[in-house]
Amino acid sequence: MSFLKKSPWILHYAATSCNGCDIEVLACLTPLYDVERFGIINTGNPKHADILMVTGSVNEESRKVLENLYAQMPDPKAVIAIGACALSGGIFRDAYNVYAGIDQVIPVDVYVPGCAARPESIIDGVVQALGILEERGKQRKRQRKVALS
Amino acid sequence: MSYETLALAAAFIVLGPLVGGLLAGIDRRLTARMQSRQGPPILQPFYDVLKLFEKDTTIVTSLQTLYVWCFLFFMVISGVILYLGGDLLISLFALTVSGIFLVLTAESTNSPYSKIGSARELVLMMAYEPMLIMVPLGFFLVAGSFRAADIAAGDPSQVIQLLGVLIGFLFILTIKLRKSPFDLSSSHHGHQELVKGLTTDITGSDLALVEIGHWYENVILLGWLYLFFAPLGVLWALPIALVLFFAEVLVDNTNARLKWGTTVKASWWVAGLFGVTNLLVLPFI
Repeated sequence: MSFLKKSPWILHYAATSCNGCDIEVLACLTPLYDVERFGIINTGNPKHADILMVTGSVNEESRKVLENLYAQMPDPKAVIAIGACALSGGIFRDAYNVYAGIDQVIPVDVYVPGCAARPESIIDGVVQALGILEERGKQRKRQRKVALS
Repeated sequence: MSYETLALAAAFIVLGPLVGGLLAGIDRRLTARMQSRQGPPILQPFYDVLKLFEKDTTIVTSLQTLYVWCFLFFMVISGVILYLGGDLLISLFALTVSGIFLVLTAESTNSPYSKIGSARELVLMMAYEPMLIMVPLGFFLVAGSFRAADIAAGDPSQVIQLLGVLIGFLFILTIKLRKSPFDLSSSHHGHQELVKGLTTDITGSDLALVEIGHWYENVILLGWLYLFFAPLGVLWALPIALVLFFAEVLVDNTNARLKWGTTVKASWWVAGLFGVTNLLVLPFI
């Protein structure tokens, strides 16, 4: 039995987002949606996080931060891209300073579309990421066994 | 040491974290209800810790893990002494040593958050330690012994005689439980300015050990609170201690964080006003 599914701790990073998606992410924590029901906690610390949520279109400045945060998260981990800008660059896609989606910078597992993404779809995205996280957890366990033997 | 003592010690080592984790779970559920949320399952703290054991542990410095183990070890020692009816002073010293090891863990890493967390934890220790030492002292003056077993078998009027010390202890209990308005060193929620302060650089199984240490600490503090009412009998003492323990959740939810200076001043004022005054007038009560 894997407990990764029962207590996913989330790190939220706004890579030059317009804050539309950020507000929807925070809305998930409010009494109406209350994601803590599922053991989900919003932590600001990459070293404690299991799932990285990224909103906004990533640019050259935020790329370094994003890569750093991703590298600091201990395995097993998963990444969710939230909102049109994180998925593809959104309306800023053709701008010279913007990457067309955060998957050009770090590997993304779940894409949550919308401008802004709705809290329901964000929670749905997290639930999908949980399956991936559990699979990674098992994989990691096998890797550790191999490393020991 | 007899076999019975060893069995009791083993029982505490196993049951301590189970009860402590349950207390933490009820705490989180109560907090959620006070914020009109449904809240996590009661067993959520156990899920969290079991998950942390499944995660990778990133080591910043190799001393870190040793310090965390020492933190846990002295915490367990403190609890065993207390629950076997041993000397309160020794239990208190073990608790303090355990706290120092947690500070060392945080101090041994390079993260600025961790450094601020450990510095603030030292300030907090300075704030609560005078009041904490007055608790065994008060018990000694009333019951004539530092041993928890003798205090528990003392006179039922001891809680009235030590009312000031009890008020002071409840005040510093908020600091010890890392609750608002005194959660300076760990910022309670991970997304706040200190990103957990003390535990910023502690990950995976190390973080799980810190959590388990905190569960033991919960049980130890509940035990201290229980001692005030213990002569009334379990039926009275346990509910009263639990209600006072969970009253801290209400304090937590209705207060914003204080600055460290205000915290130290406030806790020393309370220690002087209630603790010292109580001890001074004790001969006349």
